[in-house]
Amino acid sequence: MEHKTEYERIEKQARARRVATGALTYVLLAFWALVVLFPFYWMVLTSVKSYSAYNSEYIPQLFTLSPTLQNYVDAFTAVSLGRYFLNTIVFTVATTLLMLLVTVLAAYAFARLDFRGKNLVFTLFLSLMMIPNELVVITNFVTITNMDMRNTFLGLILPSVTSVFYIYLLKENFEQVPDQLYYAAKVDGTSDLKYLWKVMMPICKPTIVTITILKAIECWNSYVWPRLITDDEKYFLVSNGIQEIRENGFGRENIPAMMAAVVAISVPLIVIFLIFRKSIMAGVSRGGTKG
Amino acid sequence: MERRSMKGWLYLLPAILFLGLFLVYPLIDVFVYSFEEGYNFASQTYHGVGGYNYAYVLRDPYFLQAVRNTFILVVITVPLSTGIALLISAGLSSIKPLRNLFQTVYFLPYVTNTLAVGLVFMILFKKTPYTDGLANLILGWFGHGPIDFIDGPYAAKMFVLCLYTIWVVMPFKILILTSALASVNQSYYNAAKVDGTSRFRIFVRITLPMISPTLVYLIITGFIGAFKAYSDAVALFGTNLNAAEMNTIVGYVYDMLYGNSGGYPSYASAAAIILFAIVLTITCINLLVSRKYVQYDV
Repeated sequence: MEHKTEYERIEKQARARRVATGALTYVLLAFWALVVLFPFYWMVLTSVKSYSAYNSEYIPQLFTLSPTLQNYVDAFTAVSLGRYFLNTIVFTVATTLLMLLVTVLAAYAFARLDFRGKNLVFTLFLSLMMIPNELVVITNFVTITNMDMRNTFLGLILPSVTSVFYIYLLKENFEQVPDQLYYAAKVDGTSDLKYLWKVMMPICKPTIVTITILKAIECWNSYVWPRLITDDEKYFLVSNGIQEIRENGFGRENIPAMMAAVVAISVPLIVIFLIFRKSIMAGVSRGGTKG
Repeated sequence: MERRSMKGWLYLLPAILFLGLFLVYPLIDVFVYSFEEGYNFASQTYHGVGGYNYAYVLRDPYFLQAVRNTFILVVITVPLSTGIALLISAGLSSIKPLRNLFQTVYFLPYVTNTLAVGLVFMILFKKTPYTDGLANLILGWFGHGPIDFIDGPYAAKMFVLCLYTIWVVMPFKILILTSALASVNQSYYNAAKVDGTSRFRIFVRITLPMISPTLVYLIITGFIGAFKAYSDAVALFGTNLNAAEMNTIVGYVYDMLYGNSGGYPSYASAAAIILFAIVLTITCINLLVSRKYVQYDV
């Protein structure tokens, strides 16, 4: 009898400890979730407060009872946010498509074609991954300036196209496609380009989707290169645009309208992330860093 | 056979052109620039070759300020962010319900525009004539006077910069650590449980050694990333970082290249090369130190 109570006591203690650690874990995780989400909440909240309401709050209010969309109207009319959006979309789409073209062709050459010096070139490519962007940006700036391509889309796009890492990622994936498919296609007289387009690309679609999204995110957020190469407001991307709005803005310090612009810039990426969550996180964990 | 060889090179041609023009050539050129003295951007001429650019940069008070800021940022954010990420990842892998939701939430900062969200941090911490801001409201509850975190004392500005940097780099670290923790062989834990090992002991004796290669990877990439900090600072303090005393080394490079203080690619090149000498040295030290402690063979 005494034995049993002892056992129960230990069991009970262990359970209590488990519950306590579990609760503590959830408190910690919830706290960090709050830290992550709060800035998002604050920017949405501020963006729906009216200009006068915001400026009369000496003590910031954690909610609002009279939301307004006026700030969004201001953000798209008083400053050229719409143009920044359009520029960023053009830049992102063009850069990503060019990147795909270059990357797919190069990955195919490394994975499928035989030619002299292939291994040497591939090793050279890999070593290029170590070159930090900050070192090459100086000469690229001079090159683009000398080519008279400042304040043009070409000047924005060309140096942003290639990513050695994506070539590597896609090459690894291409190599997993069985050789038999290739020989069968060759017997049928299919050209390499057609084989690449009709067989390789569909099979490796997940990787292609991943690198496309990662590149698009990188383009959408790029700040340094666009800032160096554009000083004409007509060619600003959203990052430079928001900086411009912050510094020269709405003619007065209009924080709610500025936050409306911030929300507008953030929403497209968050939507894309929620749709492609799995492939984005898988892609990043395979070797992305914050670009 | 020759024709097939040609085809391979043809497929590679676009990549080689782009990489050659915008990556290989600039890499060589940046060293050339850094040794050309008195380079004039307009006429593209220079009047000598030597180490003057390096000497100039190393004596420039703005550069020294930038180096100081960058080192403080690195020393504070790398250990803190790695530590907190480890704690959170360990918590994440010990729960089942809500795990996916937490993971999704934690990843959000990765996909946001650094410049845009930095403005939210700015208004949270900024003190204006209209309001002291939310951060100061909270400080007030603890009986501390309002501080201007954006235009005020150096320590306060550095605090916000570190906080924002940690907020931005956490998603990557949590993601990598969570998948490392998930890949630890379960039988080690089962064996430890049979022996009645305490949770803390399991963590220190099994988990940490098993994920130590990942930790080293995160610390090294963390150092490299923090040394290259720039846009976080711009987001919080605006483009004139020298005036805000908040410039970073990368910021100094860009300021030398362009903007009101720009037009000196030689100084910019010298500063960039100094930065990468620092980064390279620290990465090598990291690798040497880690070789002593890391468990690679399991």
